[in-house]
Amino acid sequence: MSVLIDRSTRVVVQGLTGEQGRFHGLRNRAYGTEVVAGVTPGKGGQDVEGIPVFDTVMEAVHETQANTSLVFVPARFAAESIYEAADASIDLIVCITEGIPVHDMAPVASYLRGSPSLLIGPNCPGLISPGKSNVGIIPGEICTPGPVGLVSRSGTLTYQIVHELTTGGLGQSTCIGIGGDPVHGLGFIEALERFEADPDTHLVVLIGEIGGDDEEKAAAFIADRMSTPVVGYVAGFTAPPGKRMGHAGAIITGSRGTAQAKAEAFEKVGVKVGRTPAEVAELAAAALPS
Amino acid sequence: MDLYEHQGKELFRDHGIPTPRGIVARSGDEARRAAEELGGGAVVKVQVQTGGRGKGGGIVVARSPDEAAAAAERMLSEGFKGTPVTRVLCEELVDVAHEFYCAITLDRSTGTFLAMITAEGGMDIEQLADERPDAIRRAHVDPMLGVHGYQLRWLAGTLPAEAREPAMEILRKIYEVLRAADGTLVEVNPLAQLGDGRVVALDSKVTVDDSALYRQPEIAKLRAEFPIDPTEAKAKEKDLQYVKLDGDVGIMGNGAGLVMSTLDLVAQAGGRPANFLDAGGGSGADVIATGLEVMLSDPAVRSVLVNIFGGITRCDEVARGIVQALGMIETTVPMVVRLDGTNAEEGRRILADASLSGVETADTMWDGARMAADLSKQAA
Repeated sequence: MSVLIDRSTRVVVQGLTGEQGRFHGLRNRAYGTEVVAGVTPGKGGQDVEGIPVFDTVMEAVHETQANTSLVFVPARFAAESIYEAADASIDLIVCITEGIPVHDMAPVASYLRGSPSLLIGPNCPGLISPGKSNVGIIPGEICTPGPVGLVSRSGTLTYQIVHELTTGGLGQSTCIGIGGDPVHGLGFIEALERFEADPDTHLVVLIGEIGGDDEEKAAAFIADRMSTPVVGYVAGFTAPPGKRMGHAGAIITGSRGTAQAKAEAFEKVGVKVGRTPAEVAELAAAALPS
Repeated sequence: MDLYEHQGKELFRDHGIPTPRGIVARSGDEARRAAEELGGGAVVKVQVQTGGRGKGGGIVVARSPDEAAAAAERMLSEGFKGTPVTRVLCEELVDVAHEFYCAITLDRSTGTFLAMITAEGGMDIEQLADERPDAIRRAHVDPMLGVHGYQLRWLAGTLPAEAREPAMEILRKIYEVLRAADGTLVEVNPLAQLGDGRVVALDSKVTVDDSALYRQPEIAKLRAEFPIDPTEAKAKEKDLQYVKLDGDVGIMGNGAGLVMSTLDLVAQAGGRPANFLDAGGGSGADVIATGLEVMLSDPAVRSVLVNIFGGITRCDEVARGIVQALGMIETTVPMVVRLDGTNAEEGRRILADASLSGVETADTMWDGARMAADLSKQAA
């Protein structure tokens, strides 16, 4: 099995006729993903290499039974695209777009709390269930099917670690890039919950980075609720401390937020933290239940 | 983007938040005239995009126009914590009875905004948050609903009775400023109750979301008023993220997470990173050349590590970019290139065929980090 996407995933690409949407939409289809529709307002009736384009997500869902949306719409219109997908009863919305203003995303996050639709991203590489479905921009060729679930805030660092896993003989059930924006959809905990419930995910690799306190909260969740082993990585031990204006950020997070604090939070609950991406793969191989 | 105090206060005044009368001065003479206009004395405050001004000598109470001029001249000539100072803010002297702290900021853990206030201003607010978190009242503001009246009453509830109404009004307006300016932080430290009972914002810290500057033309214009490091400016022109650090190993990669991880590995191998440089998805010769040029403009750099993981970016293109770039710029600094992922083998072959002097390739990220760290020490 896998989490969130599999062979039943039917993708509508919002922004399919744009350069990015077209490139990655077709790449996802070539991987084997069911890319069933595209949406670009004003271009309904056209097609992109056989993929029908609609004016609205509503029509696309009605005509093609799409259940997952992949958003490549430019930043200033992306928030509206997410509302549109949610209102068309899309189950999973994957938003790749980067640079969406915080004041656009905060109401989206608030709206989605009362909606059955799940958002991944924005500013994320998407997700892949190797051998089944690829929704986003993760290069499919570095992945291979297997028992490791992976969730990450980063993009290329994710590819690096997936590559280490694959070359070390460890395939993946699903790799999820949740994105690095301050306001985002699916978080570490929601991803961990799904991996914990998936009988074919035998180990989880969690890749964090400096900033915020998502990793600390994930560590607490792992301690309380996870029986599946978890291996961690945290980037940013030597990153420059960001210039800070006021005190408000520090009042919220206290001493949390540094790479050191995050690694310690993981180790305290028995999650081994790799010092290098290669070591993550070694720890995963050692921790994988046989 | 972080605004100067006086810029934030202009936003405050636009929204009806009371502030002391203030005049911006760009020279000692201007500060003297400002103090005269403000009644003789003035608080002279350095205008910078960092905090810690009070403890760092950036705020001076001048009792006469001469004192104001002297303080301004010192600030303008010395700079503040290593950054140049182009202006000071001279404000009327006020009689402060009580100091409070308030802020509304983005809370990334909930994706909502968090309003905070404490009656115990004046002391170290972060220490207060740590030792007695209950002394700071907080309320989450749902962006769909705005600030409720009951939230304002709760927030202001620990302030002296006569300060509550005006503080509630100010908090409501701070949220307006945050919304109107696409702010991620609006902080007032201190918010002061004066001897005559008025409540005024003595300071302002406003951070505006860079992603929203396209729809904030007035605020975007302010960017030109901030000093910017010429190297960082050059990097920015090509959409490269560059941050200078104080080591001697220049580091470039694609993707922020991967570059951060590369910095960590170089440090683990005993090297000291000279910079953070994220080339993004770019792989063309001009992007690589600009990146190398930016790194090598730092005279401290003794070795360079280029770490690319090809996904959508193809390593053969990156390798061609490096070959072309080294044809354009002259350098004696040794370079380690590590290519992995899409078309990595072809990329390595291109580099080998070009037999560039001073360029070595590494098979893994760790090898690359170790080699670059060693080279920096040999050159030292």
